[in-house]
Amino acid sequence: MSYYFTILSPTDTPIFNIAFGTSKGGGDGIARFRFPDTAQYMNQFIIHSSLDIVEEAQWTNGGMYLKHIDTYPPAAAYISAFLTPSGARFLLLHQPPQLPSGSSSGLGSSSLLGSSASTTRASSSSVAANPTSPQTEEAVRQFMNEVYESYVKTSMSPFYKQGMEIKSPVFRTKVTGAGKKWL
Amino acid sequence: MAAPPRHSSMMSTSNAGTLQSSTTDRQQAPQQLPTPQPTQGLRVPSNRKTIYDRHLNRSRNAESSRASFAYLFGEMVTYAQRRVTGIQDLEKRLNEQGYPLGLRLLDLLFYRSTSTSSSALSSSSTSSSPPNRPLRIITLLHLIHGPLWRLLFQRSADALEHSVSPDTPNEYMITDNDPLVNTYISVPREMNMLNCAAFVAGIIEGVCDGCGFEAKVSAHNQPTEMWPSRTVFLVRFGDSVMEREKVLERNGVK
Repeated sequence: MSYYFTILSPTDTPIFNIAFGTSKGGGDGIARFRFPDTAQYMNQFIIHSSLDIVEEAQWTNGGMYLKHIDTYPPAAAYISAFLTPSGARFLLLHQPPQLPSGSSSGLGSSSLLGSSASTTRASSSSVAANPTSPQTEEAVRQFMNEVYESYVKTSMSPFYKQGMEIKSPVFRTKVTGAGKKWL
Repeated sequence: MAAPPRHSSMMSTSNAGTLQSSTTDRQQAPQQLPTPQPTQGLRVPSNRKTIYDRHLNRSRNAESSRASFAYLFGEMVTYAQRRVTGIQDLEKRLNEQGYPLGLRLLDLLFYRSTSTSSSALSSSSTSSSPPNRPLRIITLLHLIHGPLWRLLFQRSADALEHSVSPDTPNEYMITDNDPLVNTYISVPREMNMLNCAAFVAGIIEGVCDGCGFEAKVSAHNQPTEMWPSRTVFLVRFGDSVMEREKVLERNGVK
């Protein structure tokens, strides 16, 4: 699995971004997105497009963790959301690894739409890489809670104003650590 | 304890003397410190503990001294009073000082109630399940009236009312009979409209805004025989909030 995690301020400013890969099952923690050449901006694009759904779900579900809320099949991207009470959004994009059977024949971004819908279905059959399984939901929840703790600590700092970018390298290590631990 | 005698000796010396001694202290300090690790210019405290290493629940039951709070708050009022045009302006500044505090307290409040299952936010929720974000006005006001007030002042607020007037259904009132912030504030006669609890009103406003309930909050004096410093916090929600409230009610969201 490859992950892209972002924190958005209540006014939709991205205040923290990180991309990482799984560390479970012998993973080395390096993100390997399916379309590495476009991943950098596509991930942001996909994550931000899920905001509409977050804002809809926000008023029907009172929980902080909104679970898996959006899927973008062409990139097999699954998005889970966590809302802090003060309105910051934690969004996690996860992309299960491409199965070896799922055509490694150089998927250009042009043929992006056609062939990857089938790989989504194929990968969802294997539990380990199934992004909507209860185990995955639970792992993401734990990850979110751990990040939330660090976020609260950041926001309690008198030098931090809401909506400011989080630049602390310690915060980054904490998020990486949480990712290693749970995802 | 070595501090008090040293302090008294410093008191006896002249002002310049204390200044010198403090500077020499500072010069000595780096020599005692272990060499900091080379992390891209990041400066870590000498005990290597950043704010991320400290537990948020450690100060959970710790109270700060009332005297120091009164002193600090007095200074805040004095600070806000500089170059103000009138009472309203002063109250606005106090409100602005409280606002960011409200946003922070909100996150802290939820963090503390999720991490410890014993004292859940609302009395009805079962233990261990995390508390919900308030979606309706009433839940939000209960959050302010109960948990927030307890976090700040160690007790609940005294009353929570809805405006009876049909013209102003968006107005709610939270009453505190004896606000802590006003205990040591004596307002001059010519400024008797001033209520320094505008600071607390700012905190409430921050909490409402943080939860997505756009609101204006103001503090008003309403003394009674028994409670001379009784304060009413008037919470006025915006139109968008009232509109959403209607939709949520129709959908049966609690």
